[in-house]
Amino acid sequence: MSTDFLYLVEVLINGLMAGVMYSLVALGFVLIFKASGIFNYAQGVMALFAALTLAGIMEGQVPFAHIINAILGTNIHHFGWHVPAVLAILMTIVVMVGFAWGVQRLVFRHLVGQEPIILFMATIGLAYFLEGIGDLMWGSDIKTLALGLPQGGSRWLEDMTVGWGGDDFYGFYIDKLDMVATIVAILLVASLIAFSQYTKHGRAMRAVADDHQAALSVGISLNFIWILVWSLAGFVALVAGIMWGAKSGVQFSLSMIALKALPVLMLGGFTSIPGAIVGGLIIGMGEKLFEYTVGSLVGGATENWFAYVLALLFLVFRPQGLFGERIIERV
Amino acid sequence: MNAMADSYVTEDGRTIGGVLMDLREITLRFGGVEAIKNISFDIREGEIRAIIGPNGAGKSSMLNVISGFYKPQEGEVYFRGALRPAMKPYQVARQGIARTFQNIALFEGMTVLDNIMTGRLNYMKAGIIKQAIWKGAAEREEIENRAHVERVIDFLDIQAIRKTPVGRLPYGLKKRVELARALAADPKLLLLDEPMAGMNVEEKEDMSRFILDVNDEFGTTIALIEHDMGVVMDLSDRVVVMDYGRKIGDGTPDEVRGNQEVIDAYLGVAHD
Repeated sequence: MSTDFLYLVEVLINGLMAGVMYSLVALGFVLIFKASGIFNYAQGVMALFAALTLAGIMEGQVPFAHIINAILGTNIHHFGWHVPAVLAILMTIVVMVGFAWGVQRLVFRHLVGQEPIILFMATIGLAYFLEGIGDLMWGSDIKTLALGLPQGGSRWLEDMTVGWGGDDFYGFYIDKLDMVATIVAILLVASLIAFSQYTKHGRAMRAVADDHQAALSVGISLNFIWILVWSLAGFVALVAGIMWGAKSGVQFSLSMIALKALPVLMLGGFTSIPGAIVGGLIIGMGEKLFEYTVGSLVGGATENWFAYVLALLFLVFRPQGLFGERIIERV
Repeated sequence: MNAMADSYVTEDGRTIGGVLMDLREITLRFGGVEAIKNISFDIREGEIRAIIGPNGAGKSSMLNVISGFYKPQEGEVYFRGALRPAMKPYQVARQGIARTFQNIALFEGMTVLDNIMTGRLNYMKAGIIKQAIWKGAAEREEIENRAHVERVIDFLDIQAIRKTPVGRLPYGLKKRVELARALAADPKLLLLDEPMAGMNVEEKEDMSRFILDVNDEFGTTIALIEHDMGVVMDLSDRVVVMDYGRKIGDGTPDEVRGNQEVIDAYLGVAHD
C-alpha cells in the first residue's frame, strides 16, 4: 500500500475519533429538543459545568470558597481530602439531576406554551447563569481531570501497522483517549436507545416527544418527563465534559464546543439520535480530510470554518438534515 | 353514595349502577365568552351517556372539563362519590378516566403496539432504576401488560397492523387505535370525542359495534360526544343535549327526541 494512502486512512480515522466528541455534545441537544422543542443553547456550558463539578469534587475543593471567604473573612479553599473518581462521578450525576429539576421547576415550568424563540432565549440566559455559577463555585483556573484515562498515542497500534507502508511510514498514530471516548460513546448511545425503546419511562419519553396532549391523556406527567430528559442531557454533558476535559483540561473555552455541535445538528437533523452520531462523524472526518487535502492550498486553519460551510450547504439543499423529520405543510 | 342505590336493568339485559360521575353547576369561561353555562348532569356506572348538540354548543369543552384539560371557573365534579380537587389532565387519567380526541392524538412515530402500550403506563410500577436495569419486576410487568394489550388488539380486530407505525395508517384505523389505547388503560370512565367524525357509513357501523361491545363485555362506562343525532340515539342509554353552552335536554333518547327545544336547536330556529 502506498504511504500516501495510509496517511489518508490515518487522517480519516482521527477525524472519526474527533467526530465522536462532536456527536456527544450534539446528542444532548437532540434529547432535549425532541422531548420539549427547546433548543438548549446551554448544552455546551452544561458539559463545562459538569466537568468543573467533577474536577472540583475530586480535588476536595470547597464550593463557593471565594464568597465564603469574602463574607466570613476566612481563608478556606480545600477540604483536604480527595474523592475517588467513581464516587465523584456519582456525586456529579446527583448535581446534574438537581440542576435538571431546578431548571424545570424554576424556568421552563413557567414558560409552557411560549414561543420557541422565548424558550431559546431562556436557554441563553441559562448558559450565562451556569457559566457564572460554575465560576463562583469552583473558580476560573484551568483544572485537570485525573481520572486515570490513558493518554498519548497507542504504541501497540503503531507497532502493528508500521510494516504496512514503506520506509517513511511509521504506523498509525491514534490517540488512546480518543479510542476510549469512542467506546464510551458507543456504550452511551446503545444504552440510551435501549432505555428509550424497552422501558416504561423510555416509552413515556417517546410519547411526550410525539404528542403532548395524547401523553397527558394516558397519564404521563410532562413535568416529570422533562426533568428526566434534562437529567439525561446532563448525564450526556458529563460524559462529553469528561472526554473533552481529559483531552484539553477543564477550562471555560470548553463551552465553545457547543458551537461545533450546531453544524453537526444541521447535518444530522435536530430530532434524530442516529443523526447526531452520523452528523458528528461526518463533520469530524470531513474537516480533517479537508484540512489534509485542501488546507495547504488555502493557508490552513480550515478546521475553524469547514463545518459551518458544510452546514450551510446542507441548509440550502436538505434543510431537515440527513435524518430529520421532513416538514410538509399542507395548504 | 351507595353505588347500588337505584340501579336498574336495561331492556337488553345490562345493569346500570349508581352515579359514577356527577357534574354540578359547571360554568366555563374563556375570557368573556361562556362556553358552558351552569350545567349539571351525571353519568351512571355501566351506561352509555351521550352529549349531543350542534357545532359550537360546548360539547368538547364539557369533555375537556371531565378529563381535566379545562378547569371550570364554577361548579364541582364528583367522581366515585368524592369531590374531585383541581387536577392536571395526567392525574385525571391516573384516576381511571381515559379519552380519545376529536382530531386524533396518537403518537405518530410509534407502532400501533407501542401506542397501545402507553395506555398501560400507569399499571407499570417498577421505578426508574429498576426499569433502567431491566430485570425481575420490570420484565414481569412488561409481559403482563403486553398480554393485556394483546387482548385489546384482538378485541378491536387490529392484529394485522400491530407493528405498523401509526403515521402510515388510514383515518378510520387511526380512530380505532386511539380507542384501543384508551381501552388498554381499563378505564372506569371512557370518554369519546366524536368517535364517528369523518367516517363513512361502513366505518361508522364498525365503530358503533365496537362501542356497544366494549360497554357490553367489559361493562365500561362510556360518555361520548357526537353531532350526528341518528347514530347517538341508537347507541346511548341517556342523552344530554347542549346548545350555546346551555343544557336544553336530558333523558332517554325517546324523551329527548320529543323535546321541543331540542328540535328547535337542531332545525335552527332563531334564538331570542
